[in-house]
Amino acid sequence: MTARGGILLALLALAMLVLPAVADRYVLSVLTTVLWFAYVGQAWNVMMGFAGLLSLGHALYVGLGAYASAALFVHFGLGPWLGLWAGMALAVGAAAFIGFLGFRFGVRGVHFALLTIAFAEVARIGFDHIGWTGGSAGFFIPVAADGGNDLLNLRGSPALFYYVILAMTAGALLVSQRLLHSRLGYQWLAIREEPDAAEASGVDLFAARIRAVVVSAAMTALAGVFQAFYFNNLFPEQVFSMGRSIEIILPAIVGGIGTLFGPILGAFILTPLGEGLTHVIERMGFDVPGMKQLFYGAALVVIIVFRPDGVWPWLARRLKLVRRPGEGA
Amino acid sequence: MPVDFYLNIVASGLLTGLVYGLAALGLSVIFGVVRVVNFAHGEMMVAGMYGAVLLFGFLGLDPVLSAPVVAAVLFGFGWLLQRGLVNRFVERPEHMQFILLLGIATILLNALLMVFGPDSRGVQVDYVFDSVEVGPLRLDAVRLRAAAGAVAVAAALFAFFRFSRTGKAIRACADNPLGARVVGLNIDGLYAFTFGIGAAVVGVAGALMTLVVETRPQLAPEYTLLSFVIVIIGGLGSLPGALLGGVLIGVTEALAGVLLVPSLKALVGYLVLIVVLLLSPQGLLGRRS
Repeated sequence: MTARGGILLALLALAMLVLPAVADRYVLSVLTTVLWFAYVGQAWNVMMGFAGLLSLGHALYVGLGAYASAALFVHFGLGPWLGLWAGMALAVGAAAFIGFLGFRFGVRGVHFALLTIAFAEVARIGFDHIGWTGGSAGFFIPVAADGGNDLLNLRGSPALFYYVILAMTAGALLVSQRLLHSRLGYQWLAIREEPDAAEASGVDLFAARIRAVVVSAAMTALAGVFQAFYFNNLFPEQVFSMGRSIEIILPAIVGGIGTLFGPILGAFILTPLGEGLTHVIERMGFDVPGMKQLFYGAALVVIIVFRPDGVWPWLARRLKLVRRPGEGA
Repeated sequence: MPVDFYLNIVASGLLTGLVYGLAALGLSVIFGVVRVVNFAHGEMMVAGMYGAVLLFGFLGLDPVLSAPVVAAVLFGFGWLLQRGLVNRFVERPEHMQFILLLGIATILLNALLMVFGPDSRGVQVDYVFDSVEVGPLRLDAVRLRAAAGAVAVAAALFAFFRFSRTGKAIRACADNPLGARVVGLNIDGLYAFTFGIGAAVVGVAGALMTLVVETRPQLAPEYTLLSFVIVIIGGLGSLPGALLGGVLIGVTEALAGVLLVPSLKALVGYLVLIVVLLLSPQGLLGRRS
């Protein structure tokens, strides 16, 4: 990263920190959504961007994290800081099993992606029938009456949630940066680019791939914990839906797969764009269901046709934010 | 008689499964030749369904008769899609192809939703309650017609690939694109033709499906996934495998519908997929790569 890039990053961090003092509720909620997508995008990017494993079922890990932490809170009064471990454990277990099934039998590329979809769908239909977590009627976390900030139980004002997700996003960025420059990270890049060559130079493909899936799933499960306590309601049809999985992958694709800042930039582009579009559609009075998704689909096509590598690499080069083109930050 | 009861369930699942198989056949043809996974497959199928629903609504045309019209329209759509967009992604990484078709699928699905709304629309043919008795079996006339149509189209497709010049050329492209180019085949043209055929086949499957289920946009992602599951179960690139996989899924779904809660029906397909991947990762009739 160049000096200019460093200064910009510091300014952005500062702005994000002081923002709740000036922003109203609506802006804060939009920014919370932006950061949530930046975070899950970062988590998904570990699998796809670093190790080249396409997952289209990340809603599964979000959902497992969300349901595990919410169930422990509602049924046993265990706070999210304990529940997140259960959520991560579940997600890691599921990820390891999917990875085992896929990599053991050479299910690659698109077919691996289909396997991840299949598992998310199994979870969606399965959770519809689990009465303990409310089934298809939904699962609700009671909203605190007094409205005080309680970080331990993650109950409180929008600003509290904003700072929590800001910290998570910053943490995910740091973790990703560390991973990318670790031995494991280099193995992932080697596997992504040339699996055969990587194997020939002694990389254990199976182990490295499983690690990528597991790390990504664990990170994603935390986003689920946040989601559960932020929205206080969970419906299998929404949480595990295919559409959710697609929303999760969009920020990284738009921003730039395999880059550190791509998912963040992508989230900052997509969420406000979606919000703006909703307003425009409402203002103009043709609020038809499907309009917004139609736009999303069109955006996907336009981006993949004209900027297949994402917006970040192009922007970073234009603004001279990075020394080497392409690589990481 | 419980045995008769289950036999009837299996038979009805088998008939529906043949239509599923036809839909999956379209996916298999496109993937086998163009090497692109058509993520908009279910959307194309539902577009075919709406085509049949409209033709029935305005002209009173039986879905079996509207199928050729639907096929022609979808052939054109598939041809244009391959020519205009997909072709430049053929050499690109898999995830980019996937995302392109995901975008197209999203556009199609929501366009259907905006035009037709979320409510189901049915085709009320006058033989909807008729049935044919074969020994202990009582087969629905609608299901029988849909399955017969599916088998006829599948047979035509097999014959096309086996005997026609174009079919042979397409197979050559699938086996060895470079070699096919060297001997002077127009690869891009054949790819577009193949995508058109795949789209037409799934369109016909959609038209036939209107005899059995009511049409709603939300079916599209389900059918996309269903086709994927069937193709993987049957074996990638195997056309008979797609039909076999379709029948297998149709029968297990029908049985699950009576043995389990109906809403758990969809789960069975995924479980079969996971079991097949565990026991025989190349699918039932797939070639080992």
